[in-house]
Amino acid sequence: MRNSTEPLIQARGLTKKFGKFTAVDGIDFDVYGGEAFGFLGPNGAGKTSTMKMIGCASPVSGGELTVAGLSPKTHAPQIKARIGVVPQLDNLDAELTVRQNLEIYARFFDISKAEARKRTDELLDFVQLSDKSESEVESLSGGMRRRLTIARALINEPDLILLDEPTTGLDPQARHLLWERLYRLKQKGVTLVITTHYMDEAEQLCDRLVVMDKAKIVTQGTPRELIDNSISKEVLELRISDEQEARLNGLLEEASERIERLPDRFLLYTDDGERSLAFLHSKGVETVSALVRRSTLEDVFLQVTGRTLVE
Amino acid sequence: MRANRVLYRNARVYARTWRSGVFFSFFQPLLFLSAIGFGVGKLVGADAPGGRGYLAFLAPALLASACMQTATFESTYPLLGKIQWRRTYEAILATPISVRDLFAGEIRWLAIRMLMVGGTFAAVMVLLGVGRSPWILAALAAGVLTGLVFATVISAFTARTKNGAEFNFIFRFVITPMFLFSGTFFPIDRLPEYLQPVALATPLYHGVALARGFVTQTLAPLEALPHIAYLLVLFGLAYWVALRAFTKRLAS
Repeated sequence: MRNSTEPLIQARGLTKKFGKFTAVDGIDFDVYGGEAFGFLGPNGAGKTSTMKMIGCASPVSGGELTVAGLSPKTHAPQIKARIGVVPQLDNLDAELTVRQNLEIYARFFDISKAEARKRTDELLDFVQLSDKSESEVESLSGGMRRRLTIARALINEPDLILLDEPTTGLDPQARHLLWERLYRLKQKGVTLVITTHYMDEAEQLCDRLVVMDKAKIVTQGTPRELIDNSISKEVLELRISDEQEARLNGLLEEASERIERLPDRFLLYTDDGERSLAFLHSKGVETVSALVRRSTLEDVFLQVTGRTLVE
Repeated sequence: MRANRVLYRNARVYARTWRSGVFFSFFQPLLFLSAIGFGVGKLVGADAPGGRGYLAFLAPALLASACMQTATFESTYPLLGKIQWRRTYEAILATPISVRDLFAGEIRWLAIRMLMVGGTFAAVMVLLGVGRSPWILAALAAGVLTGLVFATVISAFTARTKNGAEFNFIFRFVITPMFLFSGTFFPIDRLPEYLQPVALATPLYHGVALARGFVTQTLAPLEALPHIAYLLVLFGLAYWVALRAFTKRLAS
């Protein structure tokens, strides 16, 4: 048995370069066995590049990386034998049936045909595709393809599953079914590494996460810690008429820890939204609308990565 | 060997899709050989080079060309599909299969495909009374070797191309002229003198020379060797280049 205090994945100064472009710039992280670990970040932050290095699909340009104590440089086949990969875009074999997609994939892991058949039956049941087993992949819906991709990633009974934006493009029903299956895998002790830019997904699934931006890790912790430590408890969303705004004179700053001005409203970060609002009203500020809500991971995310659109 | 897992996958995919092509792959050679072999052969008559009739001159050359065409086609759109559009290779490389295994498996599978195409061609030849000797198998081997050269050269190219816009150029300006002028339909000494070295350098010329020589039994072993050596060297070089291109494209 592996020592559970030793990380399953360890990265120190991990770097990925494509020519002069640095996709991942010297990041450190540890992923422990049995946890669900998330990489959050806008597009182009370096999440997928990091996942590809862990999955031995892309060579490490610099720094240290070990997976289950092994280096991708020297032990790629051994590492890959213990990993399941769910890529961002489906890469199922469209010319094969649902069942064949699993059985033939199993052969790449040197799993015997009899064992492959047995595991295929179990996995199709697990992802609720048993009645589709003889269908062509071409005829499956997006949610079904994702589930089949997850089943395929489980064919080698991996210790670690890499999921790159697993629910992008799925409808809410399909997302919730997927989350539930991933949760069950986690219950069984499988380690999950997930990239996402959906904050609800990160809150649902991840025990710990890091936020990446511009090739670096900008913050990390449990979803709760990130909210508690990097942002106020509540957010007061205010809409104010232009004439009122001209007469504010720094009242908003007085009422909150930090304010953010959006084109259509103000966000006031404060530990007690109602009190801030009462303060403003007591000073005679008239609001068009006011909403007090709890801070979310999305607020943290936008605070650390900024609101500028990344193209 | 892990490469055979890739071969197995391709065979299973082929087993689901072969029906659409099999009729074509048998009747194409039959039509070609009857029309040109018998029809044009009558016109050429006793003047046919080699002195054994035009069908015996042409058929082995078409066998080698068929292998070239199969290898070329399979190494363009279907291959780019697996690299880029369907990302089949991404899925395979997430398993213990390495790029080296993957490429070896693909080339082995293409060799089998050429055995099938060339074998069908050889069967039609025998049916029409050409090459009824065990030497037909040597001609088939020459066809497969020719095809392997094209498979590796074109694969190396495909691994570098972005979207395959250049494929039509290859078919029109490389493969078709080679098919017409590499000694397939007439000996290359009928070409203008300055073009003869060009024809001599093409892999197809050497494949045709081998296949024809074996079928008509006019090639001494020592004469066959340079042709074989030339094709083997090209194959080895192109294999190395293609493997590097694959690694760069799929694992960077």
